Amino acid sequence: MADISKEQVKHVAHLARLAVTDEEVDKLSDELSAIIDYAEQLNELDTDGIEPTTHVLDLKNIMRKDEAKEWITQEDALKNAPDHHGGQFRVPSIMADS
Amino acid sequence: MALFDHTIKELEEMLHNKEITVQDLVDESYKRINEVDDQVHAFLTLDEENARAKAKELDEATDTSASLFGMPGGIKDNIMTKGLRTTCASQFLDNFTDPLYDATVVQKLNKEQMVAVGKLNMDEFAMGSSNENSSYDPTRNPWNTDYVPGGSSGGSAAAVAAGEVLFSLGSDTGGSIRQPAAFCGVVGMKPTYGRVSRFGLVAFASSLDQIGPITRTVEDNARVLEVIAGHDQMDSTSANLDVPNYTEALTNDVSGLKIAVPKEYLAEGVTPEVRESILEALKVYESLGATWEEVSLPHSKYAVATYYLLSSSEASANLARFDGVRYGVRTENADNMIDMFKNSRSEGFGPEVKRRIMLGTFALSSGYYDAYYKKAQKVRTLIKNDFDKIFEDYDVVIGPTTPTPAFKVGEKTDDPLTMYANDILTIPVNLAGVPGISIPCGFSADGLPIGLQIIGKHFDESTVYRTAHAFEQATEHHKKRPQLGGAN
Amino acid sequence: MNFETIIGLEVHVELKTNSKIFSPSINEFGSDPNTNVNPIDLGYPGTLPVLNEEAVNFAMKAAMALNCEVATNTKFDRKNYFYPDNPKAYQISQFDQPIGEHGWIEIEVNGKKKKIGITRLHLEEDAGKLTHGEDGYSYVDFNRQGTPLIEIVSEPDMRSPEEAYAYLEKLKNIIQYTGVSDVKMQEGSLRCDANISLRPIGQEKFGTKAELKNLNSFSFVQKGLEFEEKRQEKVLLSGGEILQETRRYDEKTKETILMRVKEGSDDYRYFPEPDLVPLYIDEEWKERVRSEIPELPDARRQRYVSELGLSEYDADVLTASKQMSDFFEEAVDHGADIKQVSNWLMGEVSAYMNKHYKELQELAITPEALAKMIKLIEDGTISSKIAKKVFAELVEKGGDPEQIVKDQGLVQISDPEQLKEVVNKILDENEQSIIDFKNGKGKAKGFLVGQIMKATKGQANPPLVNKILAEELDKR
Repeated sequence: MADISKEQVKHVAHLARLAVTDEEVDKLSDELSAIIDYAEQLNELDTDGIEPTTHVLDLKNIMRKDEAKEWITQEDALKNAPDHHGGQFRVPSIMADS
Repeated sequence: MALFDHTIKELEEMLHNKEITVQDLVDESYKRINEVDDQVHAFLTLDEENARAKAKELDEATDTSASLFGMPGGIKDNIMTKGLRTTCASQFLDNFTDPLYDATVVQKLNKEQMVAVGKLNMDEFAMGSSNENSSYDPTRNPWNTDYVPGGSSGGSAAAVAAGEVLFSLGSDTGGSIRQPAAFCGVVGMKPTYGRVSRFGLVAFASSLDQIGPITRTVEDNARVLEVIAGHDQMDSTSANLDVPNYTEALTNDVSGLKIAVPKEYLAEGVTPEVRESILEALKVYESLGATWEEVSLPHSKYAVATYYLLSSSEASANLARFDGVRYGVRTENADNMIDMFKNSRSEGFGPEVKRRIMLGTFALSSGYYDAYYKKAQKVRTLIKNDFDKIFEDYDVVIGPTTPTPAFKVGEKTDDPLTMYANDILTIPVNLAGVPGISIPCGFSADGLPIGLQIIGKHFDESTVYRTAHAFEQATEHHKKRPQLGGAN
Repeated sequence: MNFETIIGLEVHVELKTNSKIFSPSINEFGSDPNTNVNPIDLGYPGTLPVLNEEAVNFAMKAAMALNCEVATNTKFDRKNYFYPDNPKAYQISQFDQPIGEHGWIEIEVNGKKKKIGITRLHLEEDAGKLTHGEDGYSYVDFNRQGTPLIEIVSEPDMRSPEEAYAYLEKLKNIIQYTGVSDVKMQEGSLRCDANISLRPIGQEKFGTKAELKNLNSFSFVQKGLEFEEKRQEKVLLSGGEILQETRRYDEKTKETILMRVKEGSDDYRYFPEPDLVPLYIDEEWKERVRSEIPELPDARRQRYVSELGLSEYDADVLTASKQMSDFFEEAVDHGADIKQVSNWLMGEVSAYMNKHYKELQELAITPEALAKMIKLIEDGTISSKIAKKVFAELVEKGGDPEQIVKDQGLVQISDPEQLKEVVNKILDENEQSIIDFKNGKGKAKGFLVGQIMKATKGQANPPLVNKILAEELDKR
């Protein structure tokens, strides 16, 4: 039985930048443990020497020419921003992070 | 007979003969939406003003040769539409009113003069199999609104089934087009990975996602795919291959066709009703001159675990950009950067999305990468090899789309693993990257549709369509309509 | 106890392609904020990266110039971390298959040559620019997001801050010659982080290292490392322990200041980028790029000594910047004397640049103009003294030296008859000086020459003046 501890859940939540309540930690610990436990069945398979698949199609060297193109304006760029000022995106100070 | 009981080809003829106008078609859409969408909840955003203006414009146009001229369609809400709100059914994007650009598929549909009716409901960020993960009112199954329409493209399938649009676009990462098409009794195609550009499709799992059409008939489906398929320089994973004329492939001739039926696809978990329907369908194929044999796809049972590890890992990175800096809803509860990120994301995402981000982050994290992510990538290779081997000897693989017909709302929400298991027959197709279609092949005792899945070789959508079309023409299942309020 | 210093450097270099590495936005420094961006750079949902071929070529060029082996099979990976300037919350980078590996460059410190190893060179995208306002907010400009970047990681081969300085100078010099980057630290197109640790002499195991950031010039790198060397030594000698920490260099106090202590290693959850397909770089492609690499500084320096006959010192100075060296070659190509061009560039031209804080390409003078001016000196049209006047004009306003000489009437007077007339006029006016001269007072002749030059506004051909004056004095 796989066991994803509450500490692990908290650590993973921090990596994923998710705020989790104590109840959510408990629940996620159980749910993730169950899913990982289920995933353990893959260990029944011997995959030594098997190449991992990242792309199902065997494509290589797909590139574009080095040509610059106009697309959107500064106004467009900021259009959906929750907060912006002076042509820039504004966010809480990163200096305030502990 | 309602307007949308006609095929695109028939409607094109009627437009040409001035029996109807594009405005009639658009009226039909909005009339039907007004009648039934408070029960179905297929739409998240309507674009009525623009659609009506476009219809008027098209009615005055002299060149009517475009291949989807005046045809009303709906777009799944994870496909970007310039100037039209795109939410992915997530509270995080509730205010995303102008995504700044059109997805390549939308550009292509517009070029062929479709009329976009609105944006369709889905499971949040395409994560789910029932539409219950929509952060808005979840879509219901038009055949019986106590039941789910499937997911994640539940809105796309339900809107077509309910006659609200003539066609729709969905996206399919692990069955998200085919499963709702099966549950709603319509035709849903997941093309070969790389056949349709993903540019403008909000990524869930980049190596598995494909956009595809949902329609009432195979012919309409082939016609829409012809429009949206093809190489796109904006998508490095899009294949540089010519797009065949799919409608011309619909020859009605399947004599000599070699069908493989994997024993794993009729095994435990598949209800007797579903199994019966598939065996009936195989008899139809025999009567049409095709032959079938039982085969084995031995790694099928590992597909669900493989899929959840890979798709969640990719999703954990793909959904990280929703951080509240450039778009979306930012939390009001943060005075520093880390809390801004954490609270914006936690307030904006629903529980299933968080669960998968957590799973994916875990599977990629230091010390677990090889055991989970890389292992799953290797098993993916084995699953792909299974298909390659079968396709050396057979033209298509046939089985059910889902082990059961639609389930009831709330029936599976408590246990993620039971919900995930519903995708066991569609997931391997995404892992192998091959094309697969779901078409109606019968009904359960409860009157719910059952879907037949036809899987083809890489880039051989033509044979899949030909096989699907021959069955459709030999049967009447696709002509049955759900009975919702209003006449349809 | 005596310690040995171990230094390794991580250098980021922005590549000057026309467009960004994964999007067609213009790649340009100094535009208004968020004007060189598109939905791809802003990490909009649904957008996808498409690789810029030139970025790969440039990275290969740099890798080859730094003696790296270029990978045949390579790919991109996602490096996951949240930061406001990182719009996708992952950076597209290269993890286990960098485009270049196992390189080296040779440095020289106090006359001693040494090879510094280069572990790897990989290609990635730059992030946006984050600034901190006084108002309690931070601000993000995404113009820089997606600029192609190469990260060059050295082996921990440097043993002193001077070696680190020499390594950076050499690296910058080589990259500049390849033409793939402006390598301007003040514009951020070259950035450097330094790792430094100490170990007792004779010990094989490395000590715990500190990482230095915010090093805005090569001399700050050296000063920061010097400070850090002493700080760590003090800690170790007092029995303390060095923590694995990130420190920044403060230019005002000239000290390094603790930013954060690292706990374990960062978990970036690298995995292969599913949106980009792998690269297969065959021999033909490699050869094509190799053939485009221009002559590099070491080769050029050697050639200047062995073929052009310049001194080691002159060759060093001329090749220290590609602009200077290219200017030199072009002037020589226009037919000017090698030694003269070298003297002018190292003398007047460099002096002017230093005095006015200007780069060579900012000056109005062209290599062709310098060559012409030197030829005017050689054929006697102008004197060296007049040439300085012409140069002052050329460097400020540019133009054609011949025209300047003509317009300002600066042509040297070399007509003996004309000079004879001037000489006799001056002799007539200075009877006393002739008497003094005849009485053996040498000074008198110098006075007379001065008067002649004055009368000709300095344009008289000096050797000719001397000759004619001597002849005319004899006649008196």
